[in-house]
Amino acid sequence: MAVAACDDCLRRTDLVASLAGHIEVAWRDAGAPRRLLAQPDDVLLDLDGSRLAARRYARFDAAAARRRIAEAGLEAVCLCAPGYPARVRELEDPPAVLHLGGDRRALDAGEAVALVGARRASPYGLEVAARLGRELSTARVPVVSGMALGVDSAAHAGALEGAGLTIAVLAGGADVPYPASKRRLHAEILRRGAVVSELPPGFRAHRWCFVARNRLIAALATVVVIVEGTARSGSLITAGFAADLGRTVGAVPGQVTSRLAAGTNALLADGAPLIREAADVLDHLPGMGETARAELGRSARVSGLSRELDELLAAIEAGHGTLSELAVAGREPRAVLRGLTELEVRGFVRRGFGGRYVRTA
Amino acid sequence: MLARVASFAIVGVESRRVWVEADVRPGLPAFTVVGLADTAVREARERVRAALVNSGFEFPLKRITINLAPAYLRKIGPGFDLPLALAVLAASEQLAAGTLTGCAVMGELSLSGTVAPVRGVLATAEGARRHGLARLVVPVARAREAALVPGVSVLGVVSLPHAVAVLRGAEPPADPPPAREPAPGSAGPIPEIDLSDVRGHNALIPALETAAAGGHNLLLHGPPGTGKTMLARRLVTILPPLDPTEALEVTRVHSVAGLHAAGGLVSTRPFRSPHHTISASGLVGGGSPPAPGEATLAHCGVLFLDELSEFSRSSLEAMRQPLEDGRVVIVRGQRVVTFPTRFMLVAATNPCPCGGGGDACRCTAADLARHRRRLSGPLLDRIDLSVPVGRPSAAALHSEAGPSSREVRERVVSARERQAHRLAPVGLTCNAQLPAGLLRDLVAATPEALRTLGALHDREGLSARGHGRVLRVARTVADLAGSDRVETEHVEEAAALRIDHAAMVAAV
Repeated sequence: MAVAACDDCLRRTDLVASLAGHIEVAWRDAGAPRRLLAQPDDVLLDLDGSRLAARRYARFDAAAARRRIAEAGLEAVCLCAPGYPARVRELEDPPAVLHLGGDRRALDAGEAVALVGARRASPYGLEVAARLGRELSTARVPVVSGMALGVDSAAHAGALEGAGLTIAVLAGGADVPYPASKRRLHAEILRRGAVVSELPPGFRAHRWCFVARNRLIAALATVVVIVEGTARSGSLITAGFAADLGRTVGAVPGQVTSRLAAGTNALLADGAPLIREAADVLDHLPGMGETARAELGRSARVSGLSRELDELLAAIEAGHGTLSELAVAGREPRAVLRGLTELEVRGFVRRGFGGRYVRTA
Repeated sequence: MLARVASFAIVGVESRRVWVEADVRPGLPAFTVVGLADTAVREARERVRAALVNSGFEFPLKRITINLAPAYLRKIGPGFDLPLALAVLAASEQLAAGTLTGCAVMGELSLSGTVAPVRGVLATAEGARRHGLARLVVPVARAREAALVPGVSVLGVVSLPHAVAVLRGAEPPADPPPAREPAPGSAGPIPEIDLSDVRGHNALIPALETAAAGGHNLLLHGPPGTGKTMLARRLVTILPPLDPTEALEVTRVHSVAGLHAAGGLVSTRPFRSPHHTISASGLVGGGSPPAPGEATLAHCGVLFLDELSEFSRSSLEAMRQPLEDGRVVIVRGQRVVTFPTRFMLVAATNPCPCGGGGDACRCTAADLARHRRRLSGPLLDRIDLSVPVGRPSAAALHSEAGPSSREVRERVVSARERQAHRLAPVGLTCNAQLPAGLLRDLVAATPEALRTLGALHDREGLSARGHGRVLRVARTVADLAGSDRVETEHVEEAAALRIDHAAMVAAV
């Protein structure tokens, strides 16, 4: 694919990036970045009274833009190219260019599930997000999220433990880890999944970009699951986009007394499917549900392991990674140590930071 | 008239004989001390003058010259007060010079003439024996410590007049105060802390047991508040009891450092946990005169470095020699001092500087980079075992108590005996000391066990150094299991506790 983007689309992307500050102001006044992004180039150019953007627009060098994308280690595909994902075309304001880092299958990944939620999530929310991510990934269902703190990152991290693809949609450039504290996760997703953005490499996100990013997450997924969110949460904006696009919006139930569950519980009250585990999500993936379910079942039964090792592996798959967590329920610590190495030698688990074990893909 | 008496200067943790010579002759009254005496020794003039007068002796109004020989050796501390006073008494013919022959003296004087305890008495007593000095006059509070050395008759004194009376044979030496610690060779006191106090970490006990059995340095890895310090403290309780030689070494060090107020032999292994703001010289010893650092105070015990990545780079670098050689050589000016530092290192670290770890981490890029750089520094090369310490679950906290320190210590002792038997021909005592060159010959791994190691090498990129470490630890695991050969299961157990540079740095 490399850089499969036409000059016009690249110029449009450059325009949106150079007008980002003006869009921020216009968005606050009008409250509608979607409509702004759907406007033709000349309307956008009028946002800038100084005409600096117009001069830049006139002098735009597409070759240089392609070079920058390649230098950032990214690929790109534009609206005019056949590789542009059909699902994203369904948006009324589809991005002119999608930038992609990592696994190029991400844009053609079939039915994917978006897992989004609060940044300041509760341990419960993080646990559920990681588990859903891991289970869906194990069932080879691509997991889409926004790499934000909290639920998003937990979903990605969970998905990385399974064999499936995980796709991070970023508000800024795909080569810029945001938030910066998640650059380890960013690097790992680039290595084993994919990172997508509509803005050019190196671009630092404005606030409207996060809302714009949410519409991409909704567009890329077949089912959008909100894990945790307050009544005025950004995740509900994603849910709104998804509903507009006709995607299924599911929600994970929370305690009625928890503010973090107010948004998700409200969605459930409005009739959103209730999500407890990956199987609940698979019910809403018409094309993929059955094969994925079979995959989930198969990975649960790994052949050729003794019962003890199988149980140990199951515990690791459930997210118990340290010796203290594993040497419970009558398992003798020294036996656990031996079992861990045996599983590692046989390629079922990997030893991570500080001696924490995770299931390999 | 001339008189002299033997005393001892402490250099490092060793003693050197010093002759205290006094010359009293007619002339203008003067009191001069020559022979590289430091401030405390020169101040001795005032204490000696007052103590003599207040004890009812005559301070000669003559020209008094004191020489401390050999002149090149710097003499430090107040321990020369008593020998100086006795030498003056002998030189002024208030005490028969013959009474000081074959006698070493050490002690600080107060102005009233009472004798106060000093540091380094054990080293002094050993020096007395070495130089064939049959009698040793020491402050009574230190008599028990001096008496640990056979072949020297220890005379505990309470005051200057008492010292004179004892030397004349007019009075018996004072009885030392009762010892607060049991006799050497006994099983040791029941420490106040015990392994069974730790709840929720029963899974980690085999790892601690392995570390103690092989003398392997240990890294505890986990978020704050999970019990890393608690576990490290209890490591001392499962190490074998100090043998008599070790006990003497520890007592000597602690005596020189002034830590050892109880008298008698130190019988528990020391546990030192310096704060991470410690300087390099505080950690390995230094200063002028060179004083032992925490590494030396932890000799034969456990040195616990909590928050390893917070220690300064220079402190961590300075730990290289003590870990490598079991001793540290300090050069200050013309003085070269050697301190023993055979300790077990237990380091602890958080997953990241903020302690959150994983997704809870709010550290900046710079914080994390610094944390990892420190961790992957020189110390990690000397650590054989890495133990993840997780937050214990509520259920685990209320579970049954684990094994007691005594139970685990018995297993550790028998594993150490097996090691000592095997390693004695090459002059080593425990598996952690095994150099890479001897691993193949002394570990006795089965071909199957080596194949497992090979598989780890292929799949997980285990390094050559990592390979050696796993083998060393596997040898200890086999010793604990009472097996002569290292089997696959021993390698598997050791490998699950290995420390892994790559994983430390490239954390997801």
